[in-house]
Amino acid sequence: MTAPTRRLASGPGGRLAWPIAALAAVALALLVLPLLSLVLRAPWADLPRLLARESVLQALVLSFGTALAATAVCLVLGVPLATALARASGWPTLARRLLRAAVTVPLVLPPVVGGIALLQLLGRRGVVGGLLDDWFGIAVPFTTGAVVIAQVFVAMPFLVFAVEGALRTADRRTELAAATLGASRWQVFRHVTLPLVAPGVAAGAVLCFSRALGEFGATITFAGSLPGVTRTLPIASYLAMQSDPDEAIALALLLLAVSITVLVGLRDRWLPGVRG
Amino acid sequence: MTRTPRPALHVDVHVARGSLHVEAAFDAAPGHPLAIIGPNGAGKSTVLAAIAGLVPLESGAVSIGDRAVGALPPEARRIGVVFQDYVLFPHLDVRDNIAFAARMRGGSRVAARAAAEPWLERYGLTPLAERFPAELSGGQAQRVALARALAAEPEVLLLDEPMSALDVEVRAEMRSELATHVREFGGATVLVTHSTADAAALADSVLVLEAGGVTQRGALADLRAAPATPYVQRMLAAAAE
Repeated sequence: MTAPTRRLASGPGGRLAWPIAALAAVALALLVLPLLSLVLRAPWADLPRLLARESVLQALVLSFGTALAATAVCLVLGVPLATALARASGWPTLARRLLRAAVTVPLVLPPVVGGIALLQLLGRRGVVGGLLDDWFGIAVPFTTGAVVIAQVFVAMPFLVFAVEGALRTADRRTELAAATLGASRWQVFRHVTLPLVAPGVAAGAVLCFSRALGEFGATITFAGSLPGVTRTLPIASYLAMQSDPDEAIALALLLLAVSITVLVGLRDRWLPGVRG
Repeated sequence: MTRTPRPALHVDVHVARGSLHVEAAFDAAPGHPLAIIGPNGAGKSTVLAAIAGLVPLESGAVSIGDRAVGALPPEARRIGVVFQDYVLFPHLDVRDNIAFAARMRGGSRVAARAAAEPWLERYGLTPLAERFPAELSGGQAQRVALARALAAEPEVLLLDEPMSALDVEVRAEMRSELATHVREFGGATVLVTHSTADAAALADSVLVLEAGGVTQRGALADLRAAPATPYVQRMLAAAAE
């Protein structure tokens, strides 16, 4: 079955029909040319000076710090959520679908909507934010913590689905075998389940980190753009575009370099489709 | 590996598996392995899973000697299981597979590995100690699975189709090796098979399970003398060929 399916669009000898080849070339150009232009127009000579600017370093440190924190939060909370999702087969169908939908929504939602929604929850007059303000005098929005929360909101599904996929393909009987050997539920999770899905967890963490690092819409809505507090690399890059395009390009290059590093790091074990 | 008097296994279970209801009541005396034999889909493996606590009971009881274990989770039953196709831990080498139970009892990694040494030696696995399950032959994997189960010092041993994952050429040899190890274990042992040759080599008596119910129990010779159902008759006739 696989051979005919794979060759569906190609004529004899594996050649593509010309409209398909032409459209594919346009698609590829759309994906590659912008990034190529970015590299070509980069102020390479000025790059060290641009990247050494106080504002750039501030955004860099803030971005990496918050993206790492968001990834840590996603790992601690997302792995259990993925486990619940993968093991929910005994639940009622409606509950299972709602759970899955709840995890999927942030994936398809415009991030700005996520930011506005977070404000309604944790803003000064928000559902929970109001209480936090009244009782403890804590205001969440427009803080570095808010940046992390916004990143967790958008990045969590990446981790959850990567781990859930790994859990689904892992042989459940290894867990049963561990139980017959005296392992408690926690020991089974710690010594069998987790090591078996470790590649999925690692892949999910990397995807989660790169999504958190690139977060813009939810962050600027929920956390604003305070230099050194909430102005992350993407936001700094967007703002610089209006005042100092060279700095914006430098920041964009930096983000591109990180993305490529992530891709290269993932290529061998976790994204076999990317392997050339 | 001192030999203390080992308890018998008492089973009286009712398990639902999809549309199939399985009911089985029997005892297995220590040192007298019992083979559950029957056609595919009769519920043989389900009975083993119920004894080990891996599927919930509709009703009934499982006890080891005087100890009722039917309501206990699998990790508290002290029932060792050799799974069909063995289900070794793919991320652990042979030594750590065998050391697993000792590690779960709270020993350090070093102590657990030391406790695994005599088992590696006894089963001829010392040269394979650093190998991972993917690098083992079927016969080697069976040895590791058995050593891993027995290293947990269970009171009862269950084997689910222990020979089915082996190549035909090595079956006869592995069968007699397994029979020796099961005798050495000396506790109550129940194995599931659909081969009368396995039952003859490994067990003292046979329990026939058909469509979720026990249809005959006895030594193979008893079954030959008076087959209770057409299935038993066909099975014995096929084995005689």
